[in-house]
Amino acid sequence: MAVLEILKIPDDRLKQISQPVEQFDDALRAFIDDLEETRCDGPAAVGIAAPQVGHFQRIVIVDVSNTRKPVPNHGHMILVNPEITHWEGFEMGREGCLSVPDYTGNVIRATHIKIRAQDSWGNPLEYEMEGYEARAVQHELDHIDGMLFIDRVVSRRTDLFQRKVYQKGGKAKK
Amino acid sequence: MSEWKMLTLVGEDQPGIVGRVTNALYQEGWNLGEASMIRLGGNFTIMMMVTGTGTVEPVLQPVADELGLHLHVDDIAGSLHQHLVPNIQVRVAGADRAGIVAQVTAVLAEQGCNILELESDVAGSSEKPVYIMHIQGYSDHPLETLEEALDNLGDIDVNVSSIETLIG
Repeated sequence: MAVLEILKIPDDRLKQISQPVEQFDDALRAFIDDLEETRCDGPAAVGIAAPQVGHFQRIVIVDVSNTRKPVPNHGHMILVNPEITHWEGFEMGREGCLSVPDYTGNVIRATHIKIRAQDSWGNPLEYEMEGYEARAVQHELDHIDGMLFIDRVVSRRTDLFQRKVYQKGGKAKK
Repeated sequence: MSEWKMLTLVGEDQPGIVGRVTNALYQEGWNLGEASMIRLGGNFTIMMMVTGTGTVEPVLQPVADELGLHLHVDDIAGSLHQHLVPNIQVRVAGADRAGIVAQVTAVLAEQGCNILELESDVAGSSEKPVYIMHIQGYSDHPLETLEEALDNLGDIDVNVSSIETLIG
């Protein structure tokens, strides 16, 4: 196990789109262990994505079971090749990022999502989630598509209803 | 460590203020730090940290005069990377009347809440104005204590929630 180096802006590699995982082998699981150790090493991060450590595969870890005020959650999730299959609702929340030190900003995310993914052995996973956990998953999924939360920050004066277009999918933004 | 100055510029809003002001600074070798710029009641307001050598007034006064802006400069002790992350959000809305901000913020002060950001607006119409305010702050007190303290403000609708900043 090892703590890996976190890429930080303005590193262009953070904009790279990650590739799907095809080999569910020991090397993959060893990497996931390192990724988890890296997540837990710094400031309390509820999630981490493989490209944040310069590994451009579609792997994220999310765990919101330790928030100050408990929120609905599915515990510790390792999501390989995750995909959002359904979005609903939107709300603003404050985000920061291991790859963007000393900055936080408001981001609009879907409040309810359904996702499909695989575990580290390639078994299929499906989750339905809401609120903070859904936000964390959307934040991490952005990383594997080369997006950062600073690409989505809005002013608190922003009228939420003008941003409905967001629901149609992350890429549609801007 | 570099020396920072806080610039304040206020005047009737028109297109081009930010571009003119920041270019004048840039051309004379001044660097910008954190800034807040917003239109308030038809005025444009700028508060901005700048650092550079010499005095900044000669650089900006001609631009300020031309654009009809008041310019004010303070030497400040601050520096960058001093952010505090808010953990409390207070949303206030109610029929506009004198004292809303005073009452809410007095309670927050009593509760040891440090206001990091406050923005307020008057919505509705001239006949029926509505006051809307958002505060983000930091407090060590539990949310419930704050909620209770803010519960007795009568006609004002106050909503307190915690901000759980997501780091991912």
